[in-house]
Amino acid sequence: MILIGLGYGCKGGAATAALASDAAKRVYVAPGEKDEVYAFLSGGFSGQMSVYGIPSTRLFKIIPVFSVFPENGYGYDEETKNMLRTTHGYIPWDDSHHIEASMTDGKQDGRWLFLNANNTPRLARIDLKSFETKEIIEIPNSAGNHASPFATENTEYLMAATRFSVPIPQASVPIENFSKGDFKGTVTMVKVDPKSGRLSLELQILVPGFDYDLSHCGKGKSHDWCFFTSYNSEQAYKMIEVGASKNDKDYILAFNWVRAKQCLDQGKASNFGGEYYRNYLPENQPAISEKLSGVKMLQPKDCPGVMYYMPTPKSPHGTDVDPTGEYIVGGGKLATVIPVHSFSKLMDVKDKPEHRSGMIMDIPILKYESTLAGEVKKPCLGPLHTEFDGKGYAYTSCFVSSEVVKWELGTWEVQQHLPAYYSVGHLSIVGGSSKDPYGKYLIALNKITKDRYLPVGMELPQSAQLYDISGGKAELLSDFPTVGEPHYSQMIPAKLLMDKAAKIYPLEENKHPYAIKNEKDARVVREGNTVRVYMTQIRSHFKPDTIEVKSGDTVFFHVTNLEQDFDIPHGFAVSGAPEMPNLLIMPGQTRTFKWKAPKPGIYPFYCTDFCSALHQEMQQYIRVLP
Amino acid sequence: MKIIKNIIKFGKITPVILGLIAFSYCGKEKPAEAESSVGSKGIGPVTSVTLGTLDEGMAQKGKQNFETKCSACHKFEEKVVGPALKGVTERRTPEWIMNMILNPMEMTQKDPIAQELLAEHLTQMTFQNVKESEAREILEYLRKMDKK
Ligand SMILES: [Cu+2]
Repeated sequence: MILIGLGYGCKGGAATAALASDAAKRVYVAPGEKDEVYAFLSGGFSGQMSVYGIPSTRLFKIIPVFSVFPENGYGYDEETKNMLRTTHGYIPWDDSHHIEASMTDGKQDGRWLFLNANNTPRLARIDLKSFETKEIIEIPNSAGNHASPFATENTEYLMAATRFSVPIPQASVPIENFSKGDFKGTVTMVKVDPKSGRLSLELQILVPGFDYDLSHCGKGKSHDWCFFTSYNSEQAYKMIEVGASKNDKDYILAFNWVRAKQCLDQGKASNFGGEYYRNYLPENQPAISEKLSGVKMLQPKDCPGVMYYMPTPKSPHGTDVDPTGEYIVGGGKLATVIPVHSFSKLMDVKDKPEHRSGMIMDIPILKYESTLAGEVKKPCLGPLHTEFDGKGYAYTSCFVSSEVVKWELGTWEVQQHLPAYYSVGHLSIVGGSSKDPYGKYLIALNKITKDRYLPVGMELPQSAQLYDISGGKAELLSDFPTVGEPHYSQMIPAKLLMDKAAKIYPLEENKHPYAIKNEKDARVVREGNTVRVYMTQIRSHFKPDTIEVKSGDTVFFHVTNLEQDFDIPHGFAVSGAPEMPNLLIMPGQTRTFKWKAPKPGIYPFYCTDFCSALHQEMQQYIRVLP
Repeated sequence: MKIIKNIIKFGKITPVILGLIAFSYCGKEKPAEAESSVGSKGIGPVTSVTLGTLDEGMAQKGKQNFETKCSACHKFEEKVVGPALKGVTERRTPEWIMNMILNPMEMTQKDPIAQELLAEHLTQMTFQNVKESEAREILEYLRKMDKK
């Protein structure tokens, strides 16, 4: 499929593409000047999130979320390693796909970002003051958390639906029982506390065993609803590539979450098993990791009106709601049209028997034409995902033909074909999935790079492309290599975030149980075979500066950076320490390096972050006694 | 990132540093302060301080802040990372001391005395997120130490 895509892309796209002649000027951000937009790109199989400036496409930061990060010690130190705890144990990696920005009244509010973990079902909250991961919650009764974490209009809930249906609860059944109904999916409503952002599982709904792929929630008049695409309605379990592509149409599941909550409140959900972890990182304290068990599970049959299936051609990926909340756009990877459903029509026909063609697990299936607003005919090959510019146009990515098509809502006419290099997955417009897009920049997130950059062995960086969509015709401005797979992105205007970014941890607010705020308090305390080193650092020395422990001791270095100056972290690393690579400790922060004292000898420790002219001198020794 | 920042920072004032290093190597005495900087108030938010009789309460608060935010680099009797502070309230104006606490980066870039001190000690004095009222309290503590 990819090869065909490349052929098509090169012939119809790349070769004929002309770059706007002043493109360089339009992406140039002069030294000392700042970018207009933050782009947050998910890292796919890297499990991280990266932060770029737009239009310069400069990489600013990698935020570790689901993967350990030796650069700063995330996932290794005593403070953050519990963030990666799950019921399967410590999982130091994941496959992270979709970034969602928190919203108030359907508009980006710059408070948090959310990211899913597909492999070991989890969902993370990243704080946009510190640009750090603050919470990770595991999703029980799920196998593959792909359709996640899509937010309702006021971030009341995040949705999470399972990609790989499995027996729920888990059981070792013959795999061929998949098509006999033994496999199921779940839709999970994760509640977001409006003040703190804290996450909790409110409700799960047991759904037919398809593969739930993506979601988007409504806005305005469709506020109460979220829409999930599903593929493999055939319930194939062998050669899924072929078996799951037989039906002419799969489904978009329309889910009324307000109704689901009502049924929960009326006692219609029952207690169900399922264990999960919830890991929370309070500011400048060790992560609190709780193991919880049991969820409330709702069966669609016990809550009429909670769900409807809208047939959608074919193997749909994206399901995207336009800024007005009226149109629900499907992206059928194998379809020749882009189907657009009408929310008003859905409301009109959903409970009229003549508009139904059947039921699955007591969920009514509506007729395709009954909810259809229109179709964009032959837009491209392999339409995937649509974003909106807020000016009446939609942009759809096309994986197979490697292009972006611009089309008009209402007339369903294609306005422009934009080549992409190559095999574009998701798109992102600044605020493009919100009620209020800032329709100036679009990025296309591509799976393949091929001939775009200097070759660096057989694995090439994946890439993203930046387009200017402010004028009548969209124009390609630049492309840039990315970290991991740039799966999906949220772009947020810089003015919403830059002034709120945290600069230091104020020492007086540091409540870490092992913090010391004064060099006078630096000390070494022995408790049996455990040694606690209460240590400070400031340009350019440590206290205590010489340390003696015994071979076999468990040593905790509780290191507090006493600096109160922006951008002066210090590092901490001990020579030859196998468990802990490096720590970067922010101004005013306390972090803990755990070390098993090895065989007797002298072991240097030092600051790894170039901090001042005397940085090289920021080094001392530990003596390990026999 | 920080290496580059330091290079730029030092790059800007290299001539001064080189000159001063050469100068301070010539003799054993501390480099003489430039004529024009005697009585200097320094550069920063503080333009005028009126000193009264020593306020013990303020000095006590200043001591606490000093110990948390300054003592890692400053002792009174000996040079550690930064200069020994004994007699500082006699050497410098109250305004200069407070500006140095509140605005160390600009001071070491532009104020002739602070430039000399950087050349001598070679560590940029850190900004420690001290509020103006707290800097005043630290000044009171320094006065108290000098009266001993
Ligand atoms: Cu350092």
